[in-house]
Amino acid sequence: MDIKELYQEIILDHGKNPRNKNICKDFNKDAKGHNPLCGDKVHIYLKLDNQKKLENISFEGEGCAISMASASIMTEIIKGKQFNIAKKIQEDFLNMIKEGSKLNMNSLTDTENMTMMSLSGVKRFPMRVKCATLAWHTFIEAVEGNKKIVNTEN
Amino acid sequence: MDTKEIKLKFPIFKNKVNGKQLVYLDSANSSQKPKTVIDRISKFYSKEFSNVGRSVHSLAVTATNRFEETRDLMQRYVNAKSREEIIFTKNATEAINLVASTYGEKFIESGDEILITELEHHANYVPWHFIREKKGAIIKFAKCNDKGEVDIDEIKKLITNKTKIIAVTHISNVTGAIMPIKKIVDLASQKKIPVLVDGCQGAPHVKVDMQELGCDFYAISCHKMYGPTGVGILYAKKKWLDILPPYQGGGGMIEEVKKDNITFPGSPTKYEAGTLQTAEVVGFSESIKFIEDVGIKNIMKHEKEILEYGLEKIKKNNSVKVIGEPKNRGSIISFTIKGIHPHDIATILDEDGVAIRAGHHCCQILHDKMGLAASARVSLGIYNSKEDIDILTNAIKKCNKIFNN
Repeated sequence: MDIKELYQEIILDHGKNPRNKNICKDFNKDAKGHNPLCGDKVHIYLKLDNQKKLENISFEGEGCAISMASASIMTEIIKGKQFNIAKKIQEDFLNMIKEGSKLNMNSLTDTENMTMMSLSGVKRFPMRVKCATLAWHTFIEAVEGNKKIVNTEN
Repeated sequence: MDTKEIKLKFPIFKNKVNGKQLVYLDSANSSQKPKTVIDRISKFYSKEFSNVGRSVHSLAVTATNRFEETRDLMQRYVNAKSREEIIFTKNATEAINLVASTYGEKFIESGDEILITELEHHANYVPWHFIREKKGAIIKFAKCNDKGEVDIDEIKKLITNKTKIIAVTHISNVTGAIMPIKKIVDLASQKKIPVLVDGCQGAPHVKVDMQELGCDFYAISCHKMYGPTGVGILYAKKKWLDILPPYQGGGGMIEEVKKDNITFPGSPTKYEAGTLQTAEVVGFSESIKFIEDVGIKNIMKHEKEILEYGLEKIKKNNSVKVIGEPKNRGSIISFTIKGIHPHDIATILDEDGVAIRAGHHCCQILHDKMGLAASARVSLGIYNSKEDIDILTNAIKKCNKIFNN
């Protein structure tokens, strides 16, 4: 496969100009993710309101283009959504990266679908799967976990 | 050096990687294996295998002899005074753990100092950290300068009456800096401080003569020396092996076992508990023969030529920053590219069949100091050619193109 299928324009754009890369004001949940094998680090901040809506979400971190783009894309897509929907999107995303299955969320717009699909090339690069999934695991940990730390090797 | 001929001796180069000819630039991580090594393991299992040093049947005698021949070859390779000074371990990490654990147990007390450097691989830091925790010792780090080397004065000024051991790398696996081992040993011996050398990047690439270096301990990784995985070697001066306690307990390392007392034989038996990596040790004998056939001086000359060519070509790319500029450099070039993470570099290079390492190379202390989370590393072996470097530098240009930087 051509390397450009992995490094698509959307990914390079998100990697270079990450969206929501800051510490969002009024965050009430956060978690850190770390991939000790390659050094990718991500810290997810989010505001979950009483109705379990993700009012705001942002991230800080450093790592490869894939990990940063994935974090950026995630925040863009799940921001403003209900947590239960966002969780389904996360599962859908993980299935796409790990199993190669197609996205089946009906609630996503075409643009959202296309943006998420831009990361589907990662499936063919097993060593990079953890880069792509780190932010998504960390997001769930921020809301549901008690350790608030995700380590890809544990 | 005819690298085409050398490559023919390594079956791996017959394979394509991602449809491309393999350009293997990750030998500091682990080297490829010549056919003679692979065949030797197969022959041993097919014709000579038995456990060593235990049974009296014919196969056991043959297997024991073959196994011990590797010890003799290694004694000669590092110029140890006696064969008893060569101990087989599972890797260089275990060799260092053996010293940290036994020497640390016997000689390091609360408040004592262990002197290492900022260049050390985690394998020459973490084992000492365990002793620090266990004994309440202190670890001092000799500073690395902006050339990526540790000046002898940085070590000198940290030596005190409390210094119980100096543990340093022979060649940095990140900056490639060759450490002045002889000078360190001279300094240490004035205060009778033993010196341990992590020789992982030394033994496969430069002449290592224990009488010349004078160090007390030297750890070797056989899989980095064109040998099988699962084998490491600890060279230790006999005077230490005679007084240090055993490392692990088990079969093969005892003299007499009674319900109320156990006695132990001398080295190396005392330190080789349980069945070792027998076939791998036998296979490793062919690695030593391979290196000796090519000649370590020829290897040094060849790798220097490719290294200098590589440095020159890599530096021509303005987006690339080479890490460190040591005066004496082993066959290692670590670098970063502006705006591209090392893992992305490694993935893009891999697409062209170019295998490099990306990460902190088990040297987080050094990377933290340089303000880097990771770097990309090119490391050479006897099989690398100028053509390999050309393919590498073209692949680096591809990174620039994809990331448009």
